[in-house]
Amino acid sequence: MPVMTIAKSIAQAIAEEMERDPSVVVLGEEVAAAGGTYGATSGLLDRFGEERVKDTPISEGVIVGAAVGAAMNGLRPVAEIMGINFAFLAMDMIVNHAAKVHSMFGGQFRCPLVVRTTSGGGRQLAATHSQTVEHLFAHFPGLKVVCPSTPADAKGLLKAAIRTDDPVMFVEQATMYSLRGEVPEDKDFVLPIGKSDVKRRGRHVTVVAYSKMVDVSLKAAAELARDGVECEVIDLRWLRPLDLEPVFESFKQTNRAVVVEESWPTYGVGAEIAARLYEECFDYVDAPIQRVAQKEVPLPYAANLEKAALPQVADVVRAVRIALK
Amino acid sequence: MAEVVPMPKLGFDMTEGTLVRKLKQVGDAVAKGEIIAEIETDKATVELEAYLGGVVKGWVVEEGTPVPVGSPMLVIAEPDEAVDVAALTGVQAAAPASAAAPAPAAAPAPETLPAPAGRVSASPVARKMAADHGLDLARITGSGPNGRIVKRDVEAFMKAAPAPLPAPAPAPRPAPAIAPVPVTAEDQAVPLTRLRAIIARRMAESAQTVPAIYLTIAVDMAAAMALRKQINALLPDERKVSVNDLVVKATGLALRQFPNLNASFGGDKVIRKSRINVGVAVAVEAGLLTVVTRDTDVKPLAQLAAEIKPMIARAREGKVQPADIEGSTFTVSNLGMYDIEHFTAIINLPEAGILAVGAVKEVPVVKNGQLAPGVRMQMTCAADHRVTDGAEVAQFLQAIKRALEEPLRLLV
Repeated sequence: MPVMTIAKSIAQAIAEEMERDPSVVVLGEEVAAAGGTYGATSGLLDRFGEERVKDTPISEGVIVGAAVGAAMNGLRPVAEIMGINFAFLAMDMIVNHAAKVHSMFGGQFRCPLVVRTTSGGGRQLAATHSQTVEHLFAHFPGLKVVCPSTPADAKGLLKAAIRTDDPVMFVEQATMYSLRGEVPEDKDFVLPIGKSDVKRRGRHVTVVAYSKMVDVSLKAAAELARDGVECEVIDLRWLRPLDLEPVFESFKQTNRAVVVEESWPTYGVGAEIAARLYEECFDYVDAPIQRVAQKEVPLPYAANLEKAALPQVADVVRAVRIALK
Repeated sequence: MAEVVPMPKLGFDMTEGTLVRKLKQVGDAVAKGEIIAEIETDKATVELEAYLGGVVKGWVVEEGTPVPVGSPMLVIAEPDEAVDVAALTGVQAAAPASAAAPAPAAAPAPETLPAPAGRVSASPVARKMAADHGLDLARITGSGPNGRIVKRDVEAFMKAAPAPLPAPAPAPRPAPAIAPVPVTAEDQAVPLTRLRAIIARRMAESAQTVPAIYLTIAVDMAAAMALRKQINALLPDERKVSVNDLVVKATGLALRQFPNLNASFGGDKVIRKSRINVGVAVAVEAGLLTVVTRDTDVKPLAQLAAEIKPMIARAREGKVQPADIEGSTFTVSNLGMYDIEHFTAIINLPEAGILAVGAVKEVPVVKNGQLAPGVRMQMTCAADHRVTDGAEVAQFLQAIKRALEEPLRLLV
């Protein structure tokens, strides 16, 4: 299997889908001539032409609004918003239009739209440009939200997002584009929608994570394994539809869980997972479920403070040890 | 100022103790340092001293009850201080002995509700497992935060032989490890004391899990007995050196040469102990205790003797202090005073060996082809074959023998 970065596997997924289906189009700021801020649309303009690969004005409302209209009229747009912090400017298009047209018009319209964007901190972009807010979008029924954690997952999940007839927020983590991994060459390598994935087997504690926190959790698991602590690391992949079956199954064996998210804990993914575990697995709970999350502050610019605010491997290790008390 | 007196932690591995006897009742005055109760731990009965003076305002546990370390037992306060014992301890007072203050106007407790006798903290899965197996959570010691009973505690409880405590309501129980013994009307069923139960569990565990080897050696004790006579002529009665003291010292010295005997089997490793603390098995009323000498290899013989004697006395009186019985790394068991010539002992886990010492006897020996009177003592070492091997144990015994036959080695 070829080894490539996440940026490359995303570009490959889009190109393959554009090749397979002429209704797939790409639009966004700097996606065409420049090939995307992170190179994820590199080469598409030369290959598929201006008709299908469009640079847009710096207006997120225009990007998503145009994409919703195109999707309602038979295209499959892959719209890029440079950062999820700017998706707030397209909030109305995303949550009131994309998420609702199918149900509010009695099924007369579909909205097969993918909004690709970048989330997360760790690059000293300060409080307004470093937020991890994909879970806000997962709050809305009608939207699908998916967050890849490996190059292979990025390819298989993006192809699934493009092929589904519902609007999908495809949220990439800003510091992970250069993460390398094996990626299947199969042009029909499509991962299932709404299925989580066990990334590491273990029997002592269930660690639930997604996106970059999967990588952080796997590193913590490797460290804990040296002391004989076996973590089962589950990658949610999809925040909506949320698949907790593997989490419940694992928790029924381990009776202890840690949820790791890059965002703030209040009203977050960890809160949701913990609540579901308490609801579904109450008789299996052996210790309070631990949450690892960002400190409750606007993310600082200074590198040392930013690092202190974001969840690190050591935080996960500590939380696992507390969960095992 | 009212103070809640909790179950003290009287030893490193103590998780609970049993309140054997209340020596002060509600209303009794207590002076600081006065004995207020007797506590039975896994290993011994210990007197509990008051660390403050005042009047006992209330007990919240009954005699005979096991109490987790740190849980409230009683409240001591100033004589004229009004004290709400239940509020202070979070536990309803145990059977008020004297007229209690009129209860505040609270709703009368319906009789069907169980008394809130200190909520047992247990995780949901621990509760479910206990319910499924008909176990009484009150009998299980919690190892989680704040003494919470967690899954591993229930598992450990089910694994261990049922403890000698009041049986719970009849309920399905996991199959006991011991086959039921028929009891006729003439037979007497003696409930195990806590110490007996511990001995039963630990000896069975050792006998069932340790592949032990047994090696016996005879020692010429003539020189050692002569030296002991000389030493004791210099010492007052209460500090006289016993034969066993000589053996303990010789063992401490030999352990220094053979660290595998001063060790524990750790599954995937052998843990060699940093210090050499030789324990001495002492027969006590309801069983057996091991009192421990520390740094046996480096302490002078006279000092060892002066330490061991009072520890043995305390053990026999049921008054041992936690430090007396903790931390041994190898045990010496001596039945010479009962005229036993030879026996084998069961290894006191997690130690790797035990030395069973017989009586010093005058026996005929053959010396240069001639029959002559001699003085001999037999010693048998049981050793954990996972940690050590026969040849090493043999050399270890030779080292003890050498030290006893050239007893100046014990003094230098």
